[in-house]
Amino acid sequence: MVAVRYETAFKLYPYEKVPAQSGAVQRHPVVIVGGGPVGLALALDLGKKGTPALVLDDHDGAGLGSKAICFAKRTLDIASRLGASASMVDKGVVWNVGKVFHGEGNLFKFDLLPESGHRNPAFINLQQPYFERFLVDEIRNAQKAGAPIEIRGRNSVTAMKQFDEYTALDIQTPDGPYHLEAEYLIACDGARSSIRDMMGLSFDGRVFEDNFLIADVKMKADFPTERWFWFEPPFKDSGQSALLHKQPDDIWRIDFQLGWDIDREKELDADRIRARVDAMLSSQAGSVPEYELHWTSIYTFQCRRMETFRHGTVLFAGDSAHQVSPFGARGANSGVQDAENLAWKLDLVLKGLAEDSLLDTYATEREFGADENILNSSRATDFMTPKSNVSKTFRNAVLDLAGRHAFARPLVNSGRLSVPCTYDGFDLFGPDTLAGPDITRPGATCPDAPVDEGYLLDHLSGAFHILNIGDGTAISVTSEGITADVINIAAPSSELSARYLGDEPCAVYLIRPDQHVVARWASFDEKAIAAALKNSIGKGAE
Amino acid sequence: MTLILEPNIPDPDGFYDELLCAHEELTDDESEAFNARLILTLCNHIGDREILRAALEAAK
Repeated sequence: MVAVRYETAFKLYPYEKVPAQSGAVQRHPVVIVGGGPVGLALALDLGKKGTPALVLDDHDGAGLGSKAICFAKRTLDIASRLGASASMVDKGVVWNVGKVFHGEGNLFKFDLLPESGHRNPAFINLQQPYFERFLVDEIRNAQKAGAPIEIRGRNSVTAMKQFDEYTALDIQTPDGPYHLEAEYLIACDGARSSIRDMMGLSFDGRVFEDNFLIADVKMKADFPTERWFWFEPPFKDSGQSALLHKQPDDIWRIDFQLGWDIDREKELDADRIRARVDAMLSSQAGSVPEYELHWTSIYTFQCRRMETFRHGTVLFAGDSAHQVSPFGARGANSGVQDAENLAWKLDLVLKGLAEDSLLDTYATEREFGADENILNSSRATDFMTPKSNVSKTFRNAVLDLAGRHAFARPLVNSGRLSVPCTYDGFDLFGPDTLAGPDITRPGATCPDAPVDEGYLLDHLSGAFHILNIGDGTAISVTSEGITADVINIAAPSSELSARYLGDEPCAVYLIRPDQHVVARWASFDEKAIAAALKNSIGKGAE
Repeated sequence: MTLILEPNIPDPDGFYDELLCAHEELTDDESEAFNARLILTLCNHIGDREILRAALEAAK
C-alpha cells in the first residue's frame, strides 16, 4: 500500500507500472524524491541538459490547497529559462500595490514600482498546484523532444541504505515493492522529509508560537488587485494580523493570525471561519458579498535548517533542507533557486566535466541563501508577533509614526519579499576588475534588460556565457572541456547600460549556467576568462 | 562623525523641562509609547549606523 497523506488538487503523474518493477535492479544517475516545485524544476533543468532524472512521488499530483501563492521574479526568470513561465504569468495575478493598515487606520500604501526592461513582473500570485502543473506540462514537452526525464507517481520510498558510490532504495507502489539505486539522491520531499528522517538527520531552529488560519474564498468582489495587510485588525475575532490577497480564479487568500493558545479543531469549524471572514469582508465592502470557502487550513511555522545540505551522495533541496515563515514568500522561491544551483553542478559532475567536490559548493552557497532567508523571515515574524512588552511598544510606535511620517515606513515589516542572495566572497567567483554597478558584481544574479526585440536573460540559456558589452571584440573561451560562448551587445539599451556598465564604456562578464555573474572585466582577456571559468567549476585551487 | 558624549545641548535645564513637560498628563503606558516614538524619530534623524551603534552602547 502507498499511504495517502493528503488530497490532491489534480493528477499530474498517475501511477503506471514500469518494467523496472519486476526486472533487475536499475541504477539511475539522479533520483529525485518529491514532485513539488523544487523536484520538478530540478528534473526539468537536468533533463533539458541531457542528464537523466527520475522523480519519485508518493502521490500522483499536486497537493490540494493554494499553499505557496507568491512567485517572485527570480523564480519566473528560472521558469523562463526552463520554458515554463509563459503559462505561469498568463494565469497568475500580477500585483504591485500594497496597503498597510493598523486598526481602523490606513497607514500607507506602497507600490513595488516595477523597473522597466524586465520580461517578468516582480511577483505573481498563483496557486502552487498550477505552478506544479505548468512545470509538468513543460516536462511532458521536453520528454517528447527526447529529454531523459521520468516521473513515477505513487512510488513511495520506504527504506534506504547509503553506500559510498550510491544509495539503495526500497520503493512501494500499488503493485507492490521494488528496488532501485541512485548515484545521487536528491531529497525534495518537503519540510517533513522522510529521507531526512530515515537518515536520522536533525532539523534545528526556532519554532514560532503562533497559529495562522488560511481561508481561500471564492467570490466576485471588486476589491482592487492589491495586498492588504492589517496589524491589529479592527474586525471581530480577526487576531493580531490579517492579510487579503488575490489569486487567479476569483480566489482570495485571507490569513488571520490567531495566536498560540487556540483549539485547532474548533477554529477549523466552517461556521466559525465564516464568521471571521464575514466580519472582515463587511468591514471593507459594507456588506458581506456572496462567497464560498474554497480551502482552509491552520498552520504554525518554524524557521530552521539542516546543518549541511549535503550528506555524501544524498543532497537536500527546498523545504526538506530549510524552512522559513511564510512572510516574504521565501519558501518555494528559495527552493527553486536551490534546484537551479544544483542542476548545472550535477550535470557537469555526471558528465565528468567537474569533480564531485563541486557539489560541496551547492551546499555552502545554498546554506548561505537559507540563512539570509531565515534571517529576513525571522525579523518579519518578530515585528508581526512582538515577543516582549518593549518589542510591542516599539512595534506600535513604528506603526503609529508610519501613518504620519514617511521615515517610519521602511521599518514596518510584514515580510520582505523574496530576492535572490548574492554569493559575495564565495570560492567560485571573481575577479571583479570592472568599476561597474554593484547589482551586477560577481556572485549576483543577472538582472534582466532589453536586448534588441527581446531580453538579455533569453540569451543566458543555461550554459556558461561571455557577455561582451560595447565595441570590444571577444571570442568564445574553452577551459577544462567547457566552452563559454559570446553574446555580443554592441549597442546596449539604456537599462542594460545602467545595470551592467554604469560609467564604464564597455565590459566583459562571465556568467554561469544559473545566471549568476562569475567575474567581470573592463575588456576581453582570454587567459583571465579561462582561469575564472576553471575556478568557477571548482578547479581553481591546484 | 563620532558620537558626541560632551555637553551639546544649549540651555540644558530648559531642555530637561521640555522633555518632562511632554510627559505631563500621560499615563505610564502612554509615556512608554511616547518615548519609543521619540527614540525612533531621533534615530532616523541621526541615520548613521555607526553613531547609533555607539549610542546603544553608551546608554547601557
